Amino acid sequence: MNITLRVWRQKGRDDEGRMVTYKVEDVNPDMSFLEMLDVLNEKLTLSGEDPVAFDHDCREGICGACGVVINGVAHGPENTTTCQLHMRSFKDGDEITIEPWRAKAFPVVKDLVVDRGSFDRVIQAGGYISAPTGTAPDAHATPVPKADADRAFDAATCIGCGACVAACPNASGMLFTAAKITHLGSMPQGQPEREARVINMINQHDAEDFGGCTNIGECAAVCPKGIPLDTISQLNRDLLGALASSKPE
Amino acid sequence: MTELYTEGAPIADEKAPAGPINERWDKRRFSARLVNPANRRKLSVIIVGTGLAGASAAATMGEAGYHVKSFCYQDSPRRAHSIAAQGGINAAKNYRNDGDSIHRLFYDTVKGGDFRSRESNVYRLSQVSVEIIDQCVAQGVPFAREYGGLLDNRSFGGVQVSRTFYARGQTGQQLLIGAYQALERQVAAGTVEMNTRHEMLELIVVDGRARGIVARDMVTGEIETHFADAVVLASGGYGNVFFLSTNAMGCNVTASWRAHRKGAHFANPCYTQIHPTCIPVSGEYQSKLTLMSESLRNDGRIWVPKETGDQRDPREIPEDERDYYLERIYPSFGNLVPRDIASRAAKNVCDEGRGVGPGGLGVYLDFADAIKRMGRPAVEAKYGNLFDMYQRITGENPYEVPMRIYPAVHYTMGGLWVDYDLQSSIPGLFVTGEANFSDHGANRLGASALMQGLADGYFVLPNTINDYLADGPFDALDETTPEAKEAADSVRARIDKLLSIDGERTVDSIHKELGHIMWEYCGMERSEEGLRKAIDRIRELREEFWTNVKVLGSNDELNQALEKAGRVADFLELGELMCIDALHRRESCGGHFRAESQTEDGEALRHDDEFAYVAAWEFTGTGEPPVLHKEALEYEYVEMKQRSYK
Repeated sequence: MNITLRVWRQKGRDDEGRMVTYKVEDVNPDMSFLEMLDVLNEKLTLSGEDPVAFDHDCREGICGACGVVINGVAHGPENTTTCQLHMRSFKDGDEITIEPWRAKAFPVVKDLVVDRGSFDRVIQAGGYISAPTGTAPDAHATPVPKADADRAFDAATCIGCGACVAACPNASGMLFTAAKITHLGSMPQGQPEREARVINMINQHDAEDFGGCTNIGECAAVCPKGIPLDTISQLNRDLLGALASSKPE
Repeated sequence: MTELYTEGAPIADEKAPAGPINERWDKRRFSARLVNPANRRKLSVIIVGTGLAGASAAATMGEAGYHVKSFCYQDSPRRAHSIAAQGGINAAKNYRNDGDSIHRLFYDTVKGGDFRSRESNVYRLSQVSVEIIDQCVAQGVPFAREYGGLLDNRSFGGVQVSRTFYARGQTGQQLLIGAYQALERQVAAGTVEMNTRHEMLELIVVDGRARGIVARDMVTGEIETHFADAVVLASGGYGNVFFLSTNAMGCNVTASWRAHRKGAHFANPCYTQIHPTCIPVSGEYQSKLTLMSESLRNDGRIWVPKETGDQRDPREIPEDERDYYLERIYPSFGNLVPRDIASRAAKNVCDEGRGVGPGGLGVYLDFADAIKRMGRPAVEAKYGNLFDMYQRITGENPYEVPMRIYPAVHYTMGGLWVDYDLQSSIPGLFVTGEANFSDHGANRLGASALMQGLADGYFVLPNTINDYLADGPFDALDETTPEAKEAADSVRARIDKLLSIDGERTVDSIHKELGHIMWEYCGMERSEEGLRKAIDRIRELREEFWTNVKVLGSNDELNQALEKAGRVADFLELGELMCIDALHRRESCGGHFRAESQTEDGEALRHDDEFAYVAAWEFTGTGEPPVLHKEALEYEYVEMKQRSYK
């Protein structure tokens, strides 16, 4: 099949970007979306034009490195990561628009590559359980009810790709933050730091210029790992409780 | 063969204590010198890589009070490729009361490694495995649990006990996120300085000690020098020398190879693991291969048509015209033979022209019988996520049509040579995780990679590196130090050269060609004739690369083609060493199968009298014959036997 691409090109963080049109011919429907971009880049390189920069690594949907907005939808039409999207989801003659994540907290580095360091700093603010190596009791010392462990796991599957932020009209990072709050807060090990964690992470979230959450739900709709929207309810509950007892560190 | 390499003096692991095997780790921990907490602040350590081995080490060293500088090429340490491990992590907890013990895990691992790993190291790994699970649970890793709230276990290939802890099919992700969070906690505490989007391009050795690295800031292109009292490489394996593998696109050998060029011995480079259950290649555009958990072999039956060139829809091929070749050749283990054996059997039937799917490079993994036996809902509950993944990638429904699978490069057992302290042949350079060679011998068992990465990072390195650091802090250095300046200049010169060739071929096209050579001649089956051919072709290809590659753009920007070019340049040197190592080892063991060394019925044949040693290679120059140093392997606790799975 033949595809027309409209791709966001931007040389560097402070440069102006623009959409550039490319034709890609003989696309095999079994190609992944990123392999189609590889083919484009090989062609551009041989013709002396700078290849399109995009983040990617594992190409099996788990590292969270890849992610672009495809025809206005974060990660495109299949509710999976960009690397797991295949060209059979498109048809001959399609025009596909490709843009980077757009959010104040994710400045563009080049073309489709953005800086998601803000996510790491939100984790630094409290997205952990303080358990220095060597201090652990036996793994069976504290049983964890299966329902709690499953709830924690579902939230912990977040891959930190940033699609939730890209999809949110407010560019909020609330689903990402809530996933970590829910993961750690559902486990007995996470209780001692639970109140400080939510306050410190929210403060950092706001300091990074993520927008506020107004419960629109676009985040959960595009999340390739299906992080449930009710993690945000959990975050709000935890935050209220923590502020009421007001013992943040 | 002497023209390809020369033999030097034997080497030995001088750090492993003697005596009863279960006391050796205690002994070493006691004999290793300590650094008192007040002095740790004055000592610094560079750690390259943030996978399980790197992130766990950085967090632990930071907690201990050292000043740690951590580096990764990804945009966040959380993306390192440990994250993709599916199955689980072994530990000798014996929570199942099924006869497991530290000694049994040790025994299984030595045997699984086909008697080419060190007993002392493997025993320590088994001892430490128990502490890893405790540590991860304390961090909040959401392992699978039973209704009573206790941890669940499952069993894995090559063993008879249930000792594998798991978190659905995402164990690597959950363990890595645990280590990543511990690391970020130390970043916040100020003990770890994190450098993302930084790639190590050279090692700095001063007065015979590893003292720093040259790294490129991948966003600005700035060539930076970083100094420390010790350097740790936790930079992963080199499976991407084959171009197609289950590794992430960015996985590379550059950090290890640069250290090798500076004097670190590279051990057993030819030991690569080819995993039998991966989704086959679908076209020339293919960029990577995806693994399907080998748990599928518990219920799926593997077959090909009996006749060559049978193009019928698999569902129309009657039972008596199918060859369930693993069940036929290995009646007692059937579809559950170890990875290396299953992979080679698939290659053999495809070589006979009986392979299925595009290009005839695939075999069927059929769940029709399982669905009949267990019912579709049960199959869905057990394998649903894997079936979905298969369907997403291939567009075929495995509940209706048999899956097609083919082996793919998955893990590299070889790596930089280290002693019992995980120190390489360069003082002050330590190597952990997949980047070192030490624990898996010639073949790794399932669920053991995660165990080794975390054992090295959380428990082994932090206890052994003290003994080295006790002599520090060493003299202060800066970018004007001649060795540092020379290293940075050589990096700049190499980048300038790559950017100035302006030839006709893309980096990927040369990388693909290298991959084809390696897969054809240094893949599942190797022969003297093939390996010699491969060495000649790699040399020609290297020449072509340095005269005809095309890398656009400049150094002072994000330049992904330039990053790839540097990595491929190093793969072009590593590939030659792998072939030389494979050529010199005229025996079959684990993942290394030499056509000339097989039993009458085509099984791997080891030659323990000649080859029971670690081959540690010393670099002498690009294209120059490397020097082979042998480290003899002795087995006091496990009797050496030929494996049999018939």
